[in-house]
Amino acid sequence: MSHFRDQGVVLRTMRLGEADRIITLVTRNHGKVRAVAKGVRRTSSKFGARLEPFSHVSFMGWQGRGDLDIVSQAEVIDTFRVVREDLDRTSVALSMLEVVDLVSQERHANPPLYVMLVGALGALARQPSPLLAPAFFLKVLALEGSAPVLDACASCGEATPGSLVAFDLLDGGALCTRCRRGRPLSPGALDLLRRVLGGGLAGVLAEPRSSVTDEVASLAIEAIEVHLDRRLRSVRAVPTG
Amino acid sequence: MPAFSAPVQNLVDELGRLPGIGPKSAQRIAFHLLKVPSEDALRLAQAIVAVKERVTFCPRCFNVAEGDLCIVCADDRRDPSVVCVVEDPRDVVAVEKTGGFSGRYHVLQGALSPIDGIGPDQLKIGELIARIEPEGISEVILCTNPNLEGEATAAYLARLLQPLGVRVTRIASGLPVGGDLEYADEVTLGRALEGRRVVESAAPAQTRPARADQG
Repeated sequence: MSHFRDQGVVLRTMRLGEADRIITLVTRNHGKVRAVAKGVRRTSSKFGARLEPFSHVSFMGWQGRGDLDIVSQAEVIDTFRVVREDLDRTSVALSMLEVVDLVSQERHANPPLYVMLVGALGALARQPSPLLAPAFFLKVLALEGSAPVLDACASCGEATPGSLVAFDLLDGGALCTRCRRGRPLSPGALDLLRRVLGGGLAGVLAEPRSSVTDEVASLAIEAIEVHLDRRLRSVRAVPTG
Repeated sequence: MPAFSAPVQNLVDELGRLPGIGPKSAQRIAFHLLKVPSEDALRLAQAIVAVKERVTFCPRCFNVAEGDLCIVCADDRRDPSVVCVVEDPRDVVAVEKTGGFSGRYHVLQGALSPIDGIGPDQLKIGELIARIEPEGISEVILCTNPNLEGEATAAYLARLLQPLGVRVTRIASGLPVGGDLEYADEVTLGRALEGRRVVESAAPAQTRPARADQG
């Protein structure tokens, strides 16, 4: 039973009782934290809009005996307001939050995941990119130790340039002409995937939308869904256009 | 071994299903009902029966209604050209209490929430679009909650409504009257600054210019 200070991003909120909410945050040092924010739903609340999803906050929490903590103070680091006020960016950000919510574990610190999420939200606020969420999903997979194999055939190890033509998640990555299974993989998509995981992220995010980026996007969504063993609700329920 | 006789246990179980009422509270209420004079308890029972029998949703705006149209839709002094879109019938009550709105309402019965899998099909959005033309609506006020779900809903509706040639407005966000600037959060204060208006020297008339942008 103690106070703690940490920084975190609000992942989701749930109504509790008359005027409270349970806030789920992913924090730098305490992993995923679920905490009650008392009175946030009142217009006169001291928290105001600080504890809405996407908010990056520095907060003080009280950890009691149960599994719910209590938020006692919160200060904004960044509200990612641009993301919040644009429906398309909101839906991209929500899918990233959903993935982080599923991947992170309560009270189990995972600083790289937190840093990645803050970075991705910042990038989204600066400049939307068709590959931002897919690249984020792939990076999360890599962090989880489940990055797809892209350097050589995932089944037989064949590594001749140009030989990788298919992609299958059960085999864990790209496949050569002889072992082909699953979905076809274009050379352009393979190149983008390699750049995402190999440190060429900035260039990848500058790519304009094309059939190749769509291919990478659907592949990344499928890969993260297979890894999590469930469908992402926010990817499909989101109304666009 | 059952602790209570069957009818009492039954009552406790039913009360326990109500929101915010746990098993202990259910027990307390059940025993209170046993103790009060029977006409008091029956009044409660009759009130529940009456609500379930008589109250429906207004076929036009989906507010709660008794009989056919809701009180607002049935009142022909209301301005039919302005519609205020809210999430919930309780929000109609909140807006009505301000006394500052004389148009009609449209209750969506929820808000978009991708994380909970609530999409446009689960809300009364198609019904809103269908009202625009036949009712000659010229302004739609998006009065959803200023939280993530409400903002997403407002942005989505704005996108659908603008091509129809209606004026789409979003309620302003700002500081609560009686609040302290020092404790205002950054988003709210930022919006309050953006939505500032020129101080008029004459008494504020009803013709003050409304900001016509969408949140």
